[in-house]
Amino acid sequence: MKSKYLLVMLVGLLSTALLLAGCGGTDKKTSAPAAEKTKVAFVYVGPVGDAGWSYAHDQGRKYLMEKMPDVQTTIIESVPEGADSERVITQLAEQGHKIIFTTSFGYMDPTINVSKKYPNVVFMHCSGFKTAPNVGTYFGRIYQARYLSGIVAGKATKSNVIGYVAAHPIPEVIRGINAFTLGVRSVNPDAKVKVIWTNTWYDPAKEKQAGLSLLDAGADVIAQHQDTPGPQQAAEERGKFSIGYNTDMSKMAPKAVLTSAVWNWGPYYVNVVDAVKKGTWKSEQYWGPMKDNIVGLAPYGPMVTEETKKAVEDAKQKILSGQWDVFTGPIKDQSGAIRIAEGTKMSDQDMLQFNWFVEGVEGTIAK
Amino acid sequence: MSDSTLVISILAAAITAGTPILYAALGELLTERAGILNLGVEGIMLIGAVSGFIIAVVTGNSWFGLAAAMFAGGAIALIHAVLTVTLRANQVVSGLALTLFGTGLSGYLGKSYIGIPVPSPFTIQPLGFLTDIPVLGPVLFRHDILVYASYGLVVFLWLFLYRTRPGLFLRALGENPAAADSLGSNVFALRYLYIVLGGMLCGVGGAYLSLAYAPSWLENMTAGRGWIAVALVIFALWNPWRALVGSYLFGGIDALGFHLQVSGVTVSPFFLNMLPYLFTILVLVFVMIRQHGRLTAPGALGLPYDREER
Repeated sequence: MKSKYLLVMLVGLLSTALLLAGCGGTDKKTSAPAAEKTKVAFVYVGPVGDAGWSYAHDQGRKYLMEKMPDVQTTIIESVPEGADSERVITQLAEQGHKIIFTTSFGYMDPTINVSKKYPNVVFMHCSGFKTAPNVGTYFGRIYQARYLSGIVAGKATKSNVIGYVAAHPIPEVIRGINAFTLGVRSVNPDAKVKVIWTNTWYDPAKEKQAGLSLLDAGADVIAQHQDTPGPQQAAEERGKFSIGYNTDMSKMAPKAVLTSAVWNWGPYYVNVVDAVKKGTWKSEQYWGPMKDNIVGLAPYGPMVTEETKKAVEDAKQKILSGQWDVFTGPIKDQSGAIRIAEGTKMSDQDMLQFNWFVEGVEGTIAK
Repeated sequence: MSDSTLVISILAAAITAGTPILYAALGELLTERAGILNLGVEGIMLIGAVSGFIIAVVTGNSWFGLAAAMFAGGAIALIHAVLTVTLRANQVVSGLALTLFGTGLSGYLGKSYIGIPVPSPFTIQPLGFLTDIPVLGPVLFRHDILVYASYGLVVFLWLFLYRTRPGLFLRALGENPAAADSLGSNVFALRYLYIVLGGMLCGVGGAYLSLAYAPSWLENMTAGRGWIAVALVIFALWNPWRALVGSYLFGGIDALGFHLQVSGVTVSPFFLNMLPYLFTILVLVFVMIRQHGRLTAPGALGLPYDREER
């Protein structure tokens, strides 16, 4: 009997030790002296280790730490959207954080709810549309980067079939596919973009499988919207090309990745924290254009030609000028009917509600 | 693409996607045959995936990674063995705890290994003349070495279970441990052995994901495959051959869905994702009706064994 208790204690001790070791990793980030440092918190929907969405935000946080050494940051990872997040955000506000970045769409209502109780805390919600005097929203026009990456894909394809591994059928993903396709067809009007929905944000094996299916169907360039490099690896394995998303994915598929459409949150985080410290911050809905460097292209792979780079640079200048944007007419839908008249720019409102594909996309939007 | 090449590529994709599930299911099958239910498969797979990946990156050799995955999987399963065999803890609770523990620990261990490629992942090695066999050749013999090894493992486990004395004892262990005990089997030692072996195979299943299928480490990269493996063992009625068929069936559902999408047929992915579990329920219903309510599950599955109570 005695040995049994000893065993229980041993197992208990071991697991406690492991748990403590586990917590040690996150504690480090908050252990700096809190004297007069500005406390900033980040709430992430995934693990920082997703190498995608939350990872990109965390790169932004690291940039902030580097640029503003008097800022102390706290991160909370893998916070489920909904009631749990409200509790987490409340706790962060309670702990004296001056600025709280909530980085997923589903944190919208929780952020608004908590903000009412803490009027002296600034809340910044990523990708939503609800604001309050102390709540601002922010997002980036990643579709502009996707358009440029489409040019690279359109120039690289030989079969004129490009595969797009799509996540969930929501306006943001549809907008990305459309912008990408317009980019492809601006340099290669014969090319088609085939879409497969995985209905996942995060399943590397399944997303790779979707990529392989597109390659089987004759695609020779693969683009994607999910947070894992699965589709990139499919292209690498078959000796084809790919376009990454979120962060530079070239490390995972060096022979395949032509470029990636990437987020660059760092400079924006610095601006926000700086404005709050100076007292110039005010609530706004920020949908950052490429001009602000919040979105862009990762460095090109060695296989990308000078001619392609030139075509991308020309389009980039057009976008940066502000005179022209990706969804400027004439733009036709899949049936060939003109949806945006010549010379008209699609409004932000319409862009945020995208529910149709442009001409050149092969695929359907599940209702 | 012609119809036959389409069928071949769907079947070949089904095998690749099914292999991590197959390894985990065979591991769980072995454990359940010994009368122990281990719901920690998902967590053990993750531990296998991360430790295999780390060692493969550090040593530059994926075989060392594979060995590490087996070792780590076995070590985690050993916790389950201590809890359920020696301490006679509730097997469901212990297994669930292992899944939670494995998910957390793998995320912690793998933190600094994200976004790093595997130096020498297991790659596709066509098996020479065998690939020339029409249809079967390209479907079965254009894979990596771990897939070939899994074919062998199924044959081996089937022979072991139904054609050898130790296999007979293993079945007795799950069926009626008291009887096995009176025949001179060391119930406790053997249950430890099969739980650890089962954990090692689950570890291989995880390492297949991180070293061959999607060679990289990402937190929670198994994405529920461990649970599919648990369902699959029931679907397979504790038989290795049916586990093989089931794995490819479950693995092939995604491939089929994607190819349907490409050819313009839309089937709801939610419906497809539901199919593995629906199949499992149907098999259960079918078996219960045909065998008059006597499931072919090991009779003592999930029950702790106490010599003094026999």
